[in-house]
Amino acid sequence: MAPTTPPVETRRFARLGNRRAVPLVDVPVLPISVLRDAIAAAITDGWRIVSLFGAPENASSLRIMAVVADDERGHLGAASAVVGTSYPAISALCPQAAVFEREVAEQCGVLPEGHPRLTALRRHAPDHRPPAWGTAVNHLAGDTNVFTHFEGDEVHEVAVGPVHAGIIEPGHFRFQAHGENVLALDIILGYQHRGVETLLERHGAPRAVLVAESIAGDSVIAHASAYCGAIEALSRSHKTARAQSIRGIALELERVANHVGDLGAMAGDVAYQPAAAFFGRLRGECLNMLMTISGNRYGRGLIRPGGVGFDIPPDMARELGARVSGLARDLRPVADLFFGVASVQSRLDGVGVVTREACLTLGFVGPTARASQVHRDVRHDHPYGVYRYVQIPVATAWAGDVYARALLRWVEIQRSLEFIGEQLDALPAGDVRVPCPPAPARAEFVVAMEEGWRGEVVHAVLTDEGGRVRRHKVTDPSFRNWTALSLSMPGNQISDFPLCNKSFNLSYAGHDL
Amino acid sequence: MLEFARARLAQGTATIDFPPSDRGFPERFRGRPILECAGCTGGSCPDDLGTIPSRLLRTGQAPDAGTVLDMGACLFAPEEAVGSAGCGVSFTRDHRIASRTRGGLLTPTGLIEPLAALDERMRKLLGRSLRLRSVSAGSCNGCEAELTAASNVVFDMARFGIQFVASPRHADGIVVTGTVNANMRDALERTYAAVPDPRIVIAVGACAASGGPFYGSEQAGDGVPSSIPVDLWIAGCPPHPLTILDGLLRLLGRLDRGDRAPTAPPGP
Repeated sequence: MAPTTPPVETRRFARLGNRRAVPLVDVPVLPISVLRDAIAAAITDGWRIVSLFGAPENASSLRIMAVVADDERGHLGAASAVVGTSYPAISALCPQAAVFEREVAEQCGVLPEGHPRLTALRRHAPDHRPPAWGTAVNHLAGDTNVFTHFEGDEVHEVAVGPVHAGIIEPGHFRFQAHGENVLALDIILGYQHRGVETLLERHGAPRAVLVAESIAGDSVIAHASAYCGAIEALSRSHKTARAQSIRGIALELERVANHVGDLGAMAGDVAYQPAAAFFGRLRGECLNMLMTISGNRYGRGLIRPGGVGFDIPPDMARELGARVSGLARDLRPVADLFFGVASVQSRLDGVGVVTREACLTLGFVGPTARASQVHRDVRHDHPYGVYRYVQIPVATAWAGDVYARALLRWVEIQRSLEFIGEQLDALPAGDVRVPCPPAPARAEFVVAMEEGWRGEVVHAVLTDEGGRVRRHKVTDPSFRNWTALSLSMPGNQISDFPLCNKSFNLSYAGHDL
Repeated sequence: MLEFARARLAQGTATIDFPPSDRGFPERFRGRPILECAGCTGGSCPDDLGTIPSRLLRTGQAPDAGTVLDMGACLFAPEEAVGSAGCGVSFTRDHRIASRTRGGLLTPTGLIEPLAALDERMRKLLGRSLRLRSVSAGSCNGCEAELTAASNVVFDMARFGIQFVASPRHADGIVVTGTVNANMRDALERTYAAVPDPRIVIAVGACAASGGPFYGSEQAGDGVPSSIPVDLWIAGCPPHPLTILDGLLRLLGRLDRGDRAPTAPPGP
């Protein structure tokens, strides 16, 4: 039985909700050692880190904000600590904090002492440090010794990128290999860095939502919804049921489009061209439905603070409903073809395994976690909008390999299509957009989570006494899951890398911001 | 095998005609923007022209130069359609938005000069077989997704002899997407240098032309730097695959100025 009262350590966190703004004074400020122990204890107790970031507090100090979640009970908590130019690393106790602390070090110029592997994350100048810190030396700069090193006969290194052999975003991969077998994979990112967070902090509506839509061009709906979720929570703007339903339809269309595209890309990578071609076309069908609704194939222009920018009138709902059934009908034989061919199965089976333990320890999210039997889905665990009324069952697979990630996508495609069909049949009446007034003039904190097709998208916003955005922290699922790709490669062949990479299909832009 | 044949029959032929016989863009599609300004003299246009959250509208340097549309900075966002009929910005459903020069994307009304093809020598070299290298440099991956889509069975760019290749050494030119930020500038310049002469450069999307939605960010770039000479600018955020196809085929001289079928490729 679960304990009825939370253990002492988790009581140190202020109780939050997905998209519920709380006064900043309610978020406790703990000594850093207490915060560190509280996070460690919470993780032992089944919680995980949702976000961990730095916000300049005053001229000489930085506030570390930590957001943790207990998915099973649907709890979300926050606590903070104020630090100077260095502090004892939380990741020394909790491995899942490692990537967040690399980010804090780089953005804010503070040193997490005892960090297991402190290397540059995106290679940019600190843009979120307290003003008086001036030109504090960034110890991350110029650190080129970032690759795992092996010695021995026939051990060699393979460098790939940042410019890749296809139409792919830039990133650098460094394999340590023995013959064809990969011993380690190091991933260097940051080539897509555009300063998204700074733009979101500097500009309000209507420009900021255009920036949010461009965080990751294949997750327009997910990021715009999370952005709007945070802004709406701050302004106490309540969307209508119709707007929530249309947002749900758009998010699931985005999920189907990308999952179908990924299945096609995986088919292409195992040289099974028929499925690659068919899935490729059917992905376009989903994008065209988004274009019918919003005028853009990726849904740009649809998600706006206070609701949605475009209604789905009855005629369009009927037409889209027919197209969704047609899509479901066309997809099934292609999926049967793809999953039924022995030569495809043998290429996907057992390749690129990520264990359930790794997912839990390192905090992976989305299909990556669900393919390794981790029940983790924001729509189910921290429901919001239309998902409070309509539950989409959480799909999981157990093997954690490429096959599991492919199969999971197919299951999710079917469930999302069912959801879209049901919603189009019974759209609630009402307006699609309500006013979204400015945030109240007091310091507040809000966390908005959204289950994008890659996993949990988090937008955490801190406002100042005037209600202006002081810090806007974006966490794309790729930010956490790139480590999963690194972990999945050792023991596999270099030639399996493209397939393995596609099975995760992580965002470079979403990571690099 | 039988299942495959059955699926193949059921899927049919998905490739669409190009130029598209029925463009089939939905009513809400936002294509080439136009600026109408009837009767307003400098400065008396509606106030909301100033609320556009992009750099779509530019005021000329000279006092009487008036306002121009910069399609290279257009984000094709609903918020950019402002004003009223007769005075304001609106979107047409025309997907053809490309120019040989950056300045060609600046127009007072939204009409773009017809795109001139490459010279005869280049057309002879590349008109029937164009191999391109994609360089993504500080983007959101939206333009890359549409470049990929342009190669799928629906748009089937390969039927016109245009393909993306894995190495700049195999390429006739590069396609640049993204704002070209500090972390990618060196990689872009080196990739360009690795393409053998004669070579062409195609800049795709608002980011490559102007920084797109990231304009004003110290961490992003303003688009393709002047060190890389661009032969074709394709506007969009991201451009529709048909916009990309249209620009490329016009560059190769394979489309007339109207919308007739592709002309026969030049030379034997």
